[in-house]
Amino acid sequence: MTTTTLTREQREAKLEGMGCKRKRVEDIRFTQGKGNYIDDLKLPGMLFGDFVRSQYAHARIKKIDTSKALKVQGVLAVLTAEELKGVNLAWMPTLAQDVQMVLADGKVLFQNQEIAFVVAEDRYAAADGVEAVEVEYEDLPVLVDALKAMDPDAPVLREDLAGKTSGAHGPRKHHNHIFEWSVGDKAGTEAAFANAEVKIKELISYHRTHPSPLETCQCVASFDKIKGELTVHGTFQAPHVIRTVASLLSKIPEHKIHVVSPDIGGGFGNKVGAYPGYICAIVASIVTGKPVKWVEDRIENLTTTSFARDYHMTTEIAATKDGKVTGLRVHVIADHGGFDACADPSKFPAGFFAIVTGSYDFPVAHVVVDGVYTNKAPGGVAYRCSLRVTEAAYAIERGMDILAQKLSMDPAELRLKNFVKREQFPYKSALGWEYDSGDYHAAMRKAMDAVGYRQLRAEQAAKREAFTRGETREIMGVGTCFFTEIVGAGPSKNCDILGLAMFDSCEIRVHPTGSATARMGSKSQGQGHETTYPQIIASEIGIPADDIMVEEGNTDTAPYGIGTFGSRSTPVAGAAIAMAARKIRNKAQMIAAYVLEVHESDLEWDIDGFRVKGLPEKFKGMKEIAWIAYNKPPPGMEPGLEAVSYYDPPNMTYPFGAYICVMDIDVDTGEYKVRRFYALDDCGTRINPMIIEGQVHGGLTEAFAIAMGQEIRYDEIGNVVGGSFMDFFLPTAVETPKWETDHTVTPSPHHPIGAKGVGESPNVGGVPAFSNAVNDAFSFLGSTHIQMPHDHWRNWMAAKRLGLHG
Amino acid sequence: MAKTHVKMTVNGRAVDGLVEPRQLLIHFLREDLNLTGAHIGCDTTHCGACTVDLDGKSVKSCTMFAVQAEGAKITTIEGMASADGSLHPLQEGFRIEHGLQCGYCTPGMIMRASRLLQENPAPTEDEIRAGIAGNLCRCTGYQNIVKAIQYAAAKINAAPRKEAAL
Repeated sequence: MTTTTLTREQREAKLEGMGCKRKRVEDIRFTQGKGNYIDDLKLPGMLFGDFVRSQYAHARIKKIDTSKALKVQGVLAVLTAEELKGVNLAWMPTLAQDVQMVLADGKVLFQNQEIAFVVAEDRYAAADGVEAVEVEYEDLPVLVDALKAMDPDAPVLREDLAGKTSGAHGPRKHHNHIFEWSVGDKAGTEAAFANAEVKIKELISYHRTHPSPLETCQCVASFDKIKGELTVHGTFQAPHVIRTVASLLSKIPEHKIHVVSPDIGGGFGNKVGAYPGYICAIVASIVTGKPVKWVEDRIENLTTTSFARDYHMTTEIAATKDGKVTGLRVHVIADHGGFDACADPSKFPAGFFAIVTGSYDFPVAHVVVDGVYTNKAPGGVAYRCSLRVTEAAYAIERGMDILAQKLSMDPAELRLKNFVKREQFPYKSALGWEYDSGDYHAAMRKAMDAVGYRQLRAEQAAKREAFTRGETREIMGVGTCFFTEIVGAGPSKNCDILGLAMFDSCEIRVHPTGSATARMGSKSQGQGHETTYPQIIASEIGIPADDIMVEEGNTDTAPYGIGTFGSRSTPVAGAAIAMAARKIRNKAQMIAAYVLEVHESDLEWDIDGFRVKGLPEKFKGMKEIAWIAYNKPPPGMEPGLEAVSYYDPPNMTYPFGAYICVMDIDVDTGEYKVRRFYALDDCGTRINPMIIEGQVHGGLTEAFAIAMGQEIRYDEIGNVVGGSFMDFFLPTAVETPKWETDHTVTPSPHHPIGAKGVGESPNVGGVPAFSNAVNDAFSFLGSTHIQMPHDHWRNWMAAKRLGLHG
Repeated sequence: MAKTHVKMTVNGRAVDGLVEPRQLLIHFLREDLNLTGAHIGCDTTHCGACTVDLDGKSVKSCTMFAVQAEGAKITTIEGMASADGSLHPLQEGFRIEHGLQCGYCTPGMIMRASRLLQENPAPTEDEIRAGIAGNLCRCTGYQNIVKAIQYAAAKINAAPRKEAAL
């Protein structure tokens, strides 16, 4: 068949397998307005829910009067904590093993906290009802500054925890303390610092921000009283986890809960958690017997569902005079807001922050993270990064620049001097991770050559002299970042969420005519799984990608999985695809051997079928094998051609990259221009270079936003400043720099196809590159560290502090 | 609340409906006409996911009441492909140049780009960037959106002149 008519190259090309810049399948519907997002869903008799929210950041609730709201035309019900107590749902467990109020129970702990849920015939009537609910507050002292959370006289936030001296992660030191988590060699690190020739110490803060996907968090809950079945359509990055949590909370058996995630308008970590809106919609549907839709507005999204970062990292590095690092010590105050609702694996309350040794060969290190409560929204999600990895990358990459400044060394040279060397992989870091593979020196040198690093430094030196002579008011910064990520959570030996092991899954059914359907435990929010997953299958079993359909997000049909976040789709679900495909190929080989009348070991795989070694004309293609598998299987063999794989990864994967940013800053206005941004990524085997490049562009744009202005800020009484797109910086096409992308390829040795994941690298590496560029620009004027975000105002302030305004 | 009768032309078809005076145009399009291509992303007129073409202008349909569109001619993303199903060069360009990821901003982005290219058939890159500054994308970083619009501009300019689609 194919072999006789097509060349090898044509057969390869027809598959559109791994490495191909395959155009996206999803785009056909998205470009025509035929996506299927939650708010597009209309069910018969559907009601609409909306929240009454707290005006105060910290207050006692004296009274909630819903009587006027219940008289509003179209309003059917108003839920408060009292109603939820009847079904034992006034509080819910968080993913971080804390508890969170679903609706305010006696007090509120952050501005815009959910107080009551109004259910009405449409969204306008629901909004009318919200206006008519009267709440009486008694305000309480507010705690906003995480660094003051454990002061002896700090207000008591969590009265429900009174007397509890230990939490899910060990002892609590203070009434606002959540956990202390530490890792590494304390005594060894102290010794390294005691003997250090050179030391640096800096409080490096990573401010609070928000993932802010363009589509907010939303759901439609529908309870069928006759069948006792609950269906929840929602914007869930982890639909199976939502089903399990819903079952545990509601006591509805898991097989009677149907969770469906249709198209999702971006996630970036925002849509991993379980929010009060979901619980209230479910309860409202049970109460009213009708489907209930809940759709966040943008202000609700920015101010309530899952902020990111808010890590305050005192970073110390010890080194020799000639720039060899000898120790790392980091202490973090982690601001978790009013409830600890982080989405971290249960043994890692600070996520994978222990990747903070970065790409450098630290002989010893010690990290302590103290989680604290404040009067801010709960969360702490991984905004386009693996769990707390971007915070870690920021701390070490700023720290290395500060050390370089102290040593009067070039920051790139300092990095080259301290990189883990290629021959050291697999490399066990001082904090216990086993890095799978890397060639850091090659990547860094490629990046430096690509941007003309030495010429840039020469230009910078000349500009600095010109600035000093008063010939220009512009300063130039070169931001260098070399990051190592840890993604693909993760091995069940150390990764679980609420006890759920973090494997992922794939089921492939090859149909009799040779096309296939793959069902997944992961869930795309724009990553393009419908396009890239078939490329893996195409390369593994020779079915053209166009003949393979991917289904995700329906818990009734998909195998159980933990979903898509923390760059885990390719490292975990992608591996499950390859493993399931290989099971199919093994069966196909038996079938081919039977029909070609040879032993299985006499066959070799050849692009899209099996060939008898040494007899090229004896060939069976997958399409033909599929038909035989169903209709004429060998004697004794079960018919059919399908397989399922639940993949529990043996290790994480460790993507890395070298980013260089060139920036000019006007010291009189604080305005900056990103002249150049070069990003080299090594994500191992590349499945679809077009999609990788798109992911890098998008992640860099988010990194640019975070570093240069995007912030969820609070005033001293806990009001959110910047809770809408009026103030929250999302760059437009005008501000966004142009991106240059590049790559090296160092496959992961333990991953079936060698892929490591890429979607989050640009956010992880981008933020330090921008911040280092700003800091590098100011460094010759005596500045050591300027906190992010580096908007025009703060740049202007930095210049003013340095005495540049006369 | 008393309802008002509105009439308008949407994607070449005469439509009417009963709406509350406070009902937003985006809700009329999405919920009364079931044209769910235009999306809601921000509620404050910043994101442009709700952009439609109204009487020859790009309009953010979340910032206009349905009653204000009385008698208007509106084109939404659903009206961009030809009757024979062939895609508009912008729809094609967004796919070819990988100008979208989650797809949520795409309908608004394409509608805005369509008006931009009618106002300025051969825009420079900077003109494209300025021209779509009212539309936010969280996924792509815009670089490939710019390319997609350039692709469409080249294709439209190369094609034999036809009557304007809008």
